[in-house]
Amino acid sequence: MTTAHESPAAEVRDLHIAFGSGRDGTDVVRGVSLALHRGRVLALVGESGSGKSLTSLAFMGLLPAGARVASGSVRVEGADTGEFTPRQWRAVRGTRIAMVFQDPASALNPAFTVGWQIAEPFRRRLGDSRARAREKAVALMETVGIPEPERRYHAHPHEFSGGMRQRAVVAMALALEPAVLLADEPTTALDVTVQAQILRLLAERQRAAGLAMLLVSHDLGVVARLAQEVAVVYAGRIVEQGDLDTVYAAPAHPYTRGLMDAVPEAAAGEPRLRSIAGHPPDPGRVPDGCAFHPRCAFATARCTTERPLLRTLADGRRAACHHAESVLAGTAPGGPYGGSDL
Amino acid sequence: MSAPALEAPARARRRTPRRTWIALGVLALFVLAGLLGPVLHPYDAVATDLPSRLLPPGSRTEDGSLAWLGTDQLGRDLLANVLAGSRVSLVVGLATVVLGGAAGLLVGLVSGYFGGWPDAVLSRIGDVQLAFPSILLAILLAGVLGPSLTNIVITLAVTRWVIFARVVRASALSARELEYVNSARLLGAGHLRILLRHVLPSCWQPLLVAGTVQVGLTMVAEASLSFLGLGVPVDEASWGATVSLGRDYLGSAWWISTVPALALALVVLCVGAVGDAFRDASDPRAQL
Amino acid sequence: MSVEARDGALLKVEGLHAGYVHRVGLARHRVPAVAGVDLAVPAARTVGVVGESGCGKTTLARAVVGLRAPFSGRVEFAGRDLGTVSRRERRRLARELQMVFQDPFTALNPRMTVAELIAEGWRIHRGTVAPADQAAETARLLGLVGLGSEHAERRPHELSGGQCQRVSIARALALGPRLIVCDEAVSALDVSVQAQILNLLADLQEELGVSYLFISHDLDVVRHLAHEVVVMYVGTVVESGPTDEVFRNPQHPYTRALLSAVPSLRDRPGLPSREIPLHGDVPSPATPPSGCRFRTRCRLATEHCARETPPLVPRPGVGHPVACHYADGAGTTAYPAGNGS
Repeated sequence: MTTAHESPAAEVRDLHIAFGSGRDGTDVVRGVSLALHRGRVLALVGESGSGKSLTSLAFMGLLPAGARVASGSVRVEGADTGEFTPRQWRAVRGTRIAMVFQDPASALNPAFTVGWQIAEPFRRRLGDSRARAREKAVALMETVGIPEPERRYHAHPHEFSGGMRQRAVVAMALALEPAVLLADEPTTALDVTVQAQILRLLAERQRAAGLAMLLVSHDLGVVARLAQEVAVVYAGRIVEQGDLDTVYAAPAHPYTRGLMDAVPEAAAGEPRLRSIAGHPPDPGRVPDGCAFHPRCAFATARCTTERPLLRTLADGRRAACHHAESVLAGTAPGGPYGGSDL
Repeated sequence: MSAPALEAPARARRRTPRRTWIALGVLALFVLAGLLGPVLHPYDAVATDLPSRLLPPGSRTEDGSLAWLGTDQLGRDLLANVLAGSRVSLVVGLATVVLGGAAGLLVGLVSGYFGGWPDAVLSRIGDVQLAFPSILLAILLAGVLGPSLTNIVITLAVTRWVIFARVVRASALSARELEYVNSARLLGAGHLRILLRHVLPSCWQPLLVAGTVQVGLTMVAEASLSFLGLGVPVDEASWGATVSLGRDYLGSAWWISTVPALALALVVLCVGAVGDAFRDASDPRAQL
Repeated sequence: MSVEARDGALLKVEGLHAGYVHRVGLARHRVPAVAGVDLAVPAARTVGVVGESGCGKTTLARAVVGLRAPFSGRVEFAGRDLGTVSRRERRRLARELQMVFQDPFTALNPRMTVAELIAEGWRIHRGTVAPADQAAETARLLGLVGLGSEHAERRPHELSGGQCQRVSIARALALGPRLIVCDEAVSALDVSVQAQILNLLADLQEELGVSYLFISHDLDVVRHLAHEVVVMYVGTVVESGPTDEVFRNPQHPYTRALLSAVPSLRDRPGLPSREIPLHGDVPSPATPPSGCRFRTRCRLATEHCARETPPLVPRPGVGHPVACHYADGAGTTAYPAGNGS
């Protein structure tokens, strides 16, 4: 947010993503605006079905079959991608904007050596000779912390451990020096010690290359290791966004607060966790008013009819809650719609 | 992460494509023809009407009736022949699939669920049989058993059960590893209960798909056997036998072979289309 | 009853070896994913098993409930050796030893209704709940796990992941178990729902006195729920003891590295990391290193570690068992004290 005056490396404005078309269509992302700035990491946090992964895929023009951008715009380095031809998209992917996926096992082709796959962008996109591409790939493998890159160049993905594979995936994403890196649950499939290594690698590469980075995660601890700014999504909308320190220190949206309270770490020493009652709504059946109101301890009658807009609070963060000030002050919880357990 | 929720709207109800409905309609017509045809327009294999022989479709016969599809070399009405033949084809096709499917289901369940030596033995028998050309086996069996409708069903079922057994074995094998099968095991459920309640239900769909495909192929196989004179007895009409008989007249009276062959092709095509629809419906993403 | 009363453990695992059989042609190689594990679960307590993929925790869970036959060793439940009891007796014991699986959707037969899923155990063990009482009993169980009777006629795909996991728990509770093995039972759930299920498990323990063997890769979750914790690495236990003690004062170098890697809400980019990095890959359980299995990645390792396997015993100055020659209760020389929280 501090660098908001500088034009963002990539942004979405009022993005709506729908599954199906016409009247049968269901909006899964319902008006998300995000700006990614150079040298900054923005984390998109939410639970399954919140639309956070779709939002990140929209940056790449890689929505799954059946999903489409219903309205809003996606801009990469100022260019509106709405008019992009498939050829233009291909020109942008990898060179300007790249992605690290959740599952390193399926992001690599098992039929080719890892080195060959890392070298491929150099040959195909930059037209490097084989020897030159290989040289660059080996150097890149070294950069992302793959030991003995010369030898491992010829190894196939199945000969790599999960962590090494994810390093290779990071190498492939960074090969053409993109300005924007999208990381969708980059460590969710990994063990905790390996996760720590990959997070360290991502942080290091992001800082070294001044990348604009979008980190999509459900894990608030992972987010805390990488991001300066956080946006929390619920049922396809951003409910709170701001500096990580501000938001983590005192969430202004009841959902953010519920998420943070539900983490076992937050309940250290307490016999019970503070859970959020109920479960997130299906995309087709989002409640009227504030989508969170049936689960919210702060909900009042107003919340059931009037959808709260994302507004800027006194401390500079933004929250979409009628009662954000009360939430921050920790007062007046328990409206008539306090959620029952399920 | 959000995969389950993403799929929900994408799973929007799939419409049955129009060609499936057309195929079902055509099949229903053939079934109806097989049921009612021989009653309304009886076929008599021994009645011959030599003056009316080899009439092209649409001609008038000696006795003044209209031969819609022409007559054969003995003056028998081809329409009656095809109607009677459809009964044979459909009965053989369905009976074979039911018999072979039942045998395959049993064998497949046992070898897929229990594994071990029963699986090894049953699978090797299946391999050996598949390695042997099925039409040769059918010729051999039909020759030994002699021509009758029952025997041809037995013959074809013997050559087909392996395919069903394989399909069922594959499903049973994967069902055996399902977490909910483990869960039932932990409740103390016996093999029979697990097989019937938890494994069998996931085998139906693939078996049904294989069955529809096999109905068509079985009909072709029956026609081939009848064409070779090893199928139904001569006093019964069969598409294959009729094609075979018309072979000598291809130059002068093309319709004798062509009409039953077209009928066969149409039925097999329609069964295939219905089979495809089944397969689409059993797409794992559409399941649940 | 009398046997277990004497040493207080409901479940006792001794010297357990289990894994899978790898066939190469006619040869069969046993790959022990679990190689000599001892543990005990007392009545009405929760024992957590933590470790990373390949440590053998899932194989351990499956061997305990009998889904996987052990190569050797004993699994003793309620005073009976599960390896030697009759088939009849084993089925009776099934009622008291249940499991909740990781994926709530695949663990429930999609073709059955919630009521049928819960009642399945009563159909198998006739005489446990009379057919006339099953509807009422189902309603009671649904209430116990926080579902309503309106859920009874639904099928799993009509429920959310959290609700399915509640059904799984109700199904496990239906036969009145004394021990429930939870294999990553909350790992597939969203944070907010995970908290609900963890609270439910804690409540059920309080009300029914049921024990849990709680297998998880999530250290925060285990720290919250478990009374005792067992840390596994490549098929062996490297450290075990009361959860608070192990998390506050981890002694094995692996436990320290593991705890230091857990992301925390208090982390920030650019802040000095607490992480004790581990180098190299996890060795394969088929060809483990000699001696201490962690020595290939351990900064404290000496030749002694390669020659002699450190036994899992309490060390001087350490209150709980640690399988490390160099655990001394203090901050083990080269390692900064792990800050578990």
